[in-house]
Amino acid sequence: MDLQFSPEEEAFRAEVRAFLKDHLPPELAAKVKAGQRLTRFDQENWHAILNKKGWLAYHWPQEFGGTGWSPVQKFIFDDECALAGGPRLVPFGLSMLGPVLIKYGNEAQKSHWLPRILNGDDWWCQGYSEPGAGSDLASLKTTAVRHGDHYIVNGQKTWTTQGQHANMMFCLVRTNKEVKSQQGISFVLIDMNQPGVEVRPIRTLDGDKEVNEVFLTDVKVPLENLVGEENKGWTYAKYLLTYERTGIAGVGFSMAGLEKLKVIAQRVQRNGKPLIEDPQFATRMAKVEIELLNMATTNLRVIASVADGGVPGAESSMLKIKGTVIRQELLSLVRRAMGPYALPFIEEAQFAEYADAPVGPKEAATAAAAYFNYRKLSIFGGSNEIQRNIISKMILGL
Amino acid sequence: MNFQLDEDRRMLADALGRYLSEQYSTDYRNKAAYGAQGFSADTYAKLAELGAIGALFKEADGGFGGDGVDISVVFEALGTHLVAEPLLGALLVGRALTEAGSDVQKAQLEGIIGGETIAALAHDEPANHYELNRVATSAQTEGDGWVLNGSKAVVLFGDQAQLLLVSARTAGAVGDEAGISLFLVPGDAAGISSRGYGRIDGGHAAELVLANVKVGADALLGKLGEGHALLERICGFGLLALAAESLGAMDVAKNHTLEYLRTRKQFGVPIGSFQALQHRMADLLLEAEQARSAVINAAAAIDNPDYLEREKALSAAKYSVGQIGTLMAEEAIQMHGGIGVTWELPLAHYAKRIIMIDHQLGDMDHHLARYIALQAQERAAAKAA
Ligand SMILES: Cc1cc2nc3c(=O)[nH]c(=O)nc-3n(C[C@H](O)[C@H](O)[C@H](O)COP(=O)(O)OP(=O)(O)OC[C@H]3O[C@@H](n4cnc5c(N)ncnc54)[C@H](O)[C@@H]3O)c2cc1C
Repeated sequence: MDLQFSPEEEAFRAEVRAFLKDHLPPELAAKVKAGQRLTRFDQENWHAILNKKGWLAYHWPQEFGGTGWSPVQKFIFDDECALAGGPRLVPFGLSMLGPVLIKYGNEAQKSHWLPRILNGDDWWCQGYSEPGAGSDLASLKTTAVRHGDHYIVNGQKTWTTQGQHANMMFCLVRTNKEVKSQQGISFVLIDMNQPGVEVRPIRTLDGDKEVNEVFLTDVKVPLENLVGEENKGWTYAKYLLTYERTGIAGVGFSMAGLEKLKVIAQRVQRNGKPLIEDPQFATRMAKVEIELLNMATTNLRVIASVADGGVPGAESSMLKIKGTVIRQELLSLVRRAMGPYALPFIEEAQFAEYADAPVGPKEAATAAAAYFNYRKLSIFGGSNEIQRNIISKMILGL
Repeated sequence: MNFQLDEDRRMLADALGRYLSEQYSTDYRNKAAYGAQGFSADTYAKLAELGAIGALFKEADGGFGGDGVDISVVFEALGTHLVAEPLLGALLVGRALTEAGSDVQKAQLEGIIGGETIAALAHDEPANHYELNRVATSAQTEGDGWVLNGSKAVVLFGDQAQLLLVSARTAGAVGDEAGISLFLVPGDAAGISSRGYGRIDGGHAAELVLANVKVGADALLGKLGEGHALLERICGFGLLALAAESLGAMDVAKNHTLEYLRTRKQFGVPIGSFQALQHRMADLLLEAEQARSAVINAAAAIDNPDYLEREKALSAAKYSVGQIGTLMAEEAIQMHGGIGVTWELPLAHYAKRIIMIDHQLGDMDHHLARYIALQAQERAAAKAA
């Protein structure tokens, strides 16, 4: 056993760090660190910067533009990016659809869509959930009926994150109603810029509008946009979800969150002393820090146990549960640290362009909103309850 | 023993409940609470008319209630209906007047009880963290009056209040209990500038800057330099009120969640049939009962002359609703799944209010620490006796 990073790994870390120092735009890092809302440009710009370096789709196989990094290198990269204030990569094309196309797509699909993901030509969104099909995803009702050289799709998708930006959606549709629900699902790619697709924003409790409902009425989908085989979509959907879950663990973001919390807790005073010296606050901080350090190692153990290029299976559920709970606790502590200043909420102050003086500590502008918004972490990507069910079944055999 | 409300309180609770159920839908509330003023003047007037404000004060002071149960009945109803209107300010400032006001000062109560005067406690400052003693705002004598200078933070409806109760230091250093005095200051006094803003849970607050605000000798409320005890006393009423409000809001969150578990179907069955959720719902039920008991204890203790008994019960209640409220809000959202984080769902606004109550007049950590300190005082007193 060797828990040290090797000299090569440390050298890699230094290389990543140097790259970030030179290429991560400081204004963008500042926004991310402040928890401010990012624009579409911010996200696309960061993708483009990484793509230019050849580091965007770092977990894809090299032949498709991946880096050939080891699992530990990927971990180090995530960690360094998050600590430097790099935004979360938009996962839909890169970490969700990409791997599915690589594994299950045909040659034409790979050569058409994968380079477009790298170049940012398409903005993808995920059309899985429906109003009646959340945790029980396989009960989805959106139908696709063959009609000559295309499908006609009808139904409603919901919770479509950043669907307002998207021109493409990978979508689960029902192509056979006669069989067991998991068996009649297909995985198709839908062009959002066509008649019959309507996107309506859903406002979240913090006032943000990052999720949407998508209504599909007689939408035409060419047969060449079917990924893999008809009625086998559930297999691909599940494969994609393990990628999604591992990404949600967000160890690097928690590390960055912990650093931010420490800075705040040293500055905010309670009874004339820094909050970090308050026994109760210090206890909570220490607990979450220990959990996070344990989690980082668990994460490394899980990635080390899978072959290069592979994905963890049910273990990704452990990472998702722990990772999200830790991030939520960190956000909760930032909120608490604000004291009465958690109450003010100025919508415009969520954006970097807000020029007025902050109300209270500068972190207060986003603290409570982020805490509320990130309650979603334990809900999306398969709720933490569903992850526990998966662990019970797949790992424990219960 | 009898835990039933008596006739008068029940009638008050019923009347408030009926009015709010009929006239104060979540939609209506949200329009007002997240709107330009942060509350509805019509609703506030109506609440005054129904006696919701009067019930917070004793008959001798022009009200018709004023004990712990009255306060908790009113605020529990406000919590149940997520009322954003400025009743907390009325309670805090009004009770300061009844506790320590001169006859002339007390005359202001009528306007408060009638709902014509919006009142606000301006105590918190940018650099305090719920502490009552960390007052940096200063009041210096000038002629036979006072000049106030300083900044006040997150004053609820502070930009709209006609009457402010301002804590200021007349002696001592920041952090001392001695040397704090309380002043009644008209909201539009020259030298006050305010920056109002909406709150994440609805309603408004403001940052106030007091620059050479001149008030007369009659502005001093209570004894010079002894404002800390008065502040602690009125905040005690606030702790009871906020705990009761949280309780009302928690009950709704609990009921909505229970209803959702019964009706939301996944995997062909109501999600409430999953034991993983049943046990958590059962915990929420028993925790909510614990919160109710904490509020009952606080209501019973609010006029207890024994300082330590009283203050322990008040801190215990605020700690309890902080702790339990956080659990309730987070669990309620979680068990609702995606819909739980949407603006459209009333529950989301209840969750925000419940969490934000923990940010008013001291959070659970603050009150746990205070409880421990009060216990230490108790031990010291026992030793001395
Ligand atoms: C902000 C946000 C963004 C999202 N983005 C996307 C997106 O881009 N694309 C997309 O397709 N989807 C997205 N989702 C949807 C997300 O995946 C679902 O919300 C999630 O799967 C839960 O489904 P549901 O909301 O219908 O909750 P429900 O399935 O109704 O669950 C309600 C509650 O019951 C629990 N529960 C359900 N079944 C069980 C069980 N068997 N045992 C124990 N507990 C159970 C759940 O854990 C939850 O607590 C997003 C959701 C959110 C909140």
